[in-house]
Amino acid sequence: MDSSAPLRADSRLERVLRAGLFAVTAELNPPDSADPQAVYDNALVLAEVADGINATDASGANCHMSSLGVCALLLRAGYEPIMQMGCRDRNRIAQQGDLLGAAALGVRNVLCLTGDDVTAGDQPEAKRVFDLDSIQLLMTARTLRDRGMFLSGRKLTVPPRLFLGAAENPFAPPIHRRAERLAKKIEAGADFIQTQYIFDVAIFRDFMARVVNLGLAERVFILAGVGPLRSPRTAEFMRTKVPGVYIPDSVVERLKKTPKERWAEEGMQICVEIIAQVRQIPGVAGVHVMAYRQEEMVAEIIHRAKLLPRMKRK
Amino acid sequence: MRRRGWPWLQDRPLILEAAYSLTRRLLVWASPLLLKVGVPRLNSVFIPLEDVTKKPVFGCRMCGQCILHSTGMTCPMTCPKELRNGPCGGVRQDGHCEVIPSMPCVWVKAWERSSLMGAMGTEIRLVQPPVNRSLHGTSAWLNVLTGEDQLAPPAWQITPNP
Repeated sequence: MDSSAPLRADSRLERVLRAGLFAVTAELNPPDSADPQAVYDNALVLAEVADGINATDASGANCHMSSLGVCALLLRAGYEPIMQMGCRDRNRIAQQGDLLGAAALGVRNVLCLTGDDVTAGDQPEAKRVFDLDSIQLLMTARTLRDRGMFLSGRKLTVPPRLFLGAAENPFAPPIHRRAERLAKKIEAGADFIQTQYIFDVAIFRDFMARVVNLGLAERVFILAGVGPLRSPRTAEFMRTKVPGVYIPDSVVERLKKTPKERWAEEGMQICVEIIAQVRQIPGVAGVHVMAYRQEEMVAEIIHRAKLLPRMKRK
Repeated sequence: MRRRGWPWLQDRPLILEAAYSLTRRLLVWASPLLLKVGVPRLNSVFIPLEDVTKKPVFGCRMCGQCILHSTGMTCPMTCPKELRNGPCGGVRQDGHCEVIPSMPCVWVKAWERSSLMGAMGTEIRLVQPPVNRSLHGTSAWLNVLTGEDQLAPPAWQITPNP
């Protein structure tokens, strides 16, 4: 992205990326609790090692504390949130309102997602909304920010300042057309991308080569999604039950060959190796580390991947 | 499960693209006459007509704003998430749907078929505006005539994103 262009939101994440530094973001798993302390505890671990903390939006269609609620708590503690917003649970009216509310609270980064289907979660009987799709949500957020209007054309007194993100899954079919779909996301307004978990670096490398060929790497910051596997069983669960996660047999085999007491260690080691590999791929601007309810592990991985210290908070 | 179209014909999108172009041209040609008859009266003819043609072929859901020619002649409303800019990230390794594992992903098909199309094959790269839910159940063909199918939300404007 053109470094002389005006800042979208002046968020820490945006400044790190624009400065050409290798960015690190991490995912925080919202608690099943009305107590803010669980958020503070997890965030404390992540804040020291990441430039931004993703607050997931009922991922896997399982209900947890809301993304907006978590973001408000993160801001209260002085951290940098990346608010995830999916399209499964809210229509365009609620989404636009939440974007304004989030911006008013101080949220500067928003990740626009389609969202896992309701059938993936523990309340599959719920109504799925999907009024907008992720690309339309990006465009809607950009309309609020750049044109200072709701979709209806009604004017905002003060538009929100948002650094807009989107996800991409380089491993889901049609893998040869995924870069073209990424182009649509950029056209719609994506400033940064966080990818799905990478466990097969070769496929990701091919994807990035297409992205670079299409000239997209100069127009968007791409953060490679990574994370540890705790055990062969976790790996099996993730690749069969979590939508869109691809884990090649070789990775599962490697874990299976490891003695049980070293599974977690080996899982982290694999993750650290993948980070080292994706760092070398042209067009990769950072990593996004995800680990379901294992925030300490995330910190350890970022430490071992030699990505510390991070830039001081503003 | 609701019908999701007639795959044999859908896998020959060139034929469908030609049929689409022809229908469109016919409609535009006949539009002065049709508009004189009036949309309310025509609805009673067009809706059943679309019902018996587009439902069996495409699994049409009567969204009232057909973009088949921009989506590989594959109806995006048959995607369980009704994505207009798919596919989502949940597509299974075998190319099947996240939500309905027995069904090939509508958008994987759409991208495949778009590469078999003629002039309209590249339209799959266009960013599609949100669905106007108030057109649900109305005739897409008549909405072409009145231009209503082209109406995006007022502030919707695709501009280059530097």
